[in-house]
Amino acid sequence: MRTLEYLRPATPADAVRAVAEHPGARYLGGGTNLVDHLKLGIAAPELLVDVSRLPLDEVETYDDGSGAGLRVGANVRNSDLAAHPLVRSELPLVARALLAGASGQIRNQATTGGNLLQRTRCVYFQDPTTPCNKREPGSGCSAIEGYGRYNAILGASPDCVATHPSDLAVALVALDTTVVVLGADGERRVPLEELHRLPADDPSRDTRLAPEDLVTAVEIPLAGATKLSTYRKVRDRASYAFALVSVAAALHLTEGIVTDVRIAWGGVAHVPWRARRAEAALIGHALTEQAIREAVGDELRHAETSEQNAYKPPMLRRTTAHTLLQLAAQSREESR
Amino acid sequence: MDETIRLTVDGAERTVEVDTRTTLLDALRERLEVTAPKKGCDHGQCGSCTVLLNGRRHLTCLALAVAHDGAEITTADGLAGGGPSADRLHPVQQAFLDHDGYQCGYCTPGQVCSAVGVLDEVKNGHPSHVTADLEGDPDLTDDEIRERMSGNLCRCGAYPGILAAVRQAAGA
Ligand SMILES: Cc1cc2nc3c(=O)[nH]c(=O)nc-3n(C[C@H](O)[C@H](O)[C@H](O)COP(=O)(O)OP(=O)(O)OC[C@H]3O[C@@H](n4cnc5c(N)ncnc54)[C@H](O)[C@@H]3O)c2cc1C
Ligand code: FES
Ligand code: FES
Repeated sequence: MRTLEYLRPATPADAVRAVAEHPGARYLGGGTNLVDHLKLGIAAPELLVDVSRLPLDEVETYDDGSGAGLRVGANVRNSDLAAHPLVRSELPLVARALLAGASGQIRNQATTGGNLLQRTRCVYFQDPTTPCNKREPGSGCSAIEGYGRYNAILGASPDCVATHPSDLAVALVALDTTVVVLGADGERRVPLEELHRLPADDPSRDTRLAPEDLVTAVEIPLAGATKLSTYRKVRDRASYAFALVSVAAALHLTEGIVTDVRIAWGGVAHVPWRARRAEAALIGHALTEQAIREAVGDELRHAETSEQNAYKPPMLRRTTAHTLLQLAAQSREESR
Repeated sequence: MDETIRLTVDGAERTVEVDTRTTLLDALRERLEVTAPKKGCDHGQCGSCTVLLNGRRHLTCLALAVAHDGAEITTADGLAGGGPSADRLHPVQQAFLDHDGYQCGYCTPGQVCSAVGVLDEVKNGHPSHVTADLEGDPDLTDDEIRERMSGNLCRCGAYPGILAAVRQAAGA
């Protein structure tokens, strides 16, 4: 058995230094994904740098001149974030996305940073006895010809059809969230929409982060459509299952006309998918089922499906329409 | 690599040397002979390894022991206080007895720890996936209990008894 060193750094800077100096090092958050990967033989780090006790566990409001927002430390547990009063009142889609994920126990353990960086649940990625370009570059993709129910329909490549699994990421990408990263050259801010990457010819990389990049917080703007928002997840059983597809949506109507709308999808791509084209098609129009279906169709114009995941485009059309129309009804209700 | 860690388990201070790869579940069961938490799937999917860690429900199979140095752990054995020889059961345990909340009993230590966690979360106003009003205080309806307990599987299908037990304990 390989040996594994364990380090608990005192500060974020110490953590970054430790990983930068040690090529075989990985950060450990709540461990609910990484510990599983150690057991499955998917990850074989030589050093674990445990960041779960770093003081990155505050939820606080900020105002950076361009507007107010909520800064969530990387170590805030999924359960605590979902229960936070401001998240429940101002960012219901975030609370809903978190509560639709995993189980009560796992949400108590899982961190905000670890959640965004969890790896795909593609069955072949998780089974080291099968070829997988993400796990073992160049070995091939077993999912393309194999079990395809969860496969991506947008942005996939001939090398990888895996989907990104996080529910939280889908909600946050809809809100123009920024990820605060501490790297070898200091702190920087990365739009969440640019954090994850499409597989192209290198599926082994899920994100644009360097190994030593430590996520220290996420910043969620509290501007525009956030309050009238929700997250809808379709899955094979009612609870404790990953998404077939999911829809994060936020809406603002002015006299029945869409003045702000956010749509993001889970279960469709290697990234949490912001449906910007669909959003643009809806702005300035009345929100009808027909308009939504057309907007979704436009977003899906390059979708590629196989027999096993051909259910996804119609499911997305229905779920997106249902979710937005429900928000519209809620909006009418509240303005009465 | 070995590391020495300290845990408080069911009220007793324990010191144990563990390999850095050892999970909390294996440290408890194999090194400390604390066998209340059970190994079902070992991958976070069944809940049978659930304990209360620093007061909150937590899986022990997806946790490294070294990462929890200093933790205070309550297993199903320690719920009643006074350890395995306690002569009185915790209300949640009594409710499982009253309602036949088990058959083989393998998932039960995880179920009762999880249920204790659920009751606490509800008391603190935490919403769930099925809570209609995110801002209101949740009512522990049957749907709420089912959703909140969904991280604990029961191969024997004792779910009706488990549901009734949690309902009783919530009213207690
Ligand atoms: C049975 C089961 C069901 C699940 N169901 C769902 C579900 O329905 N929806 C869902 O969204 N998720 C689900 N999950 C996944 C769960 O949400 C993730 O495992 C969890 O959020 C990961 O967080 P963590 O803190 O435990 O991460 P870890 O396992 O500690 O880390 C995950 C990754 O992030 C890296 N990392 C951790 N923290 C940082 C940081 N601060 N900076 C940089 N890198 C970091 C680690 O190196 C690792 O690569 C499920 C998990 C299980 C086991
Ligand atoms: S053994 Fe831990 S969840 Fe199954
Ligand atoms: S009682 Fe047998 S698994 Fe639950």
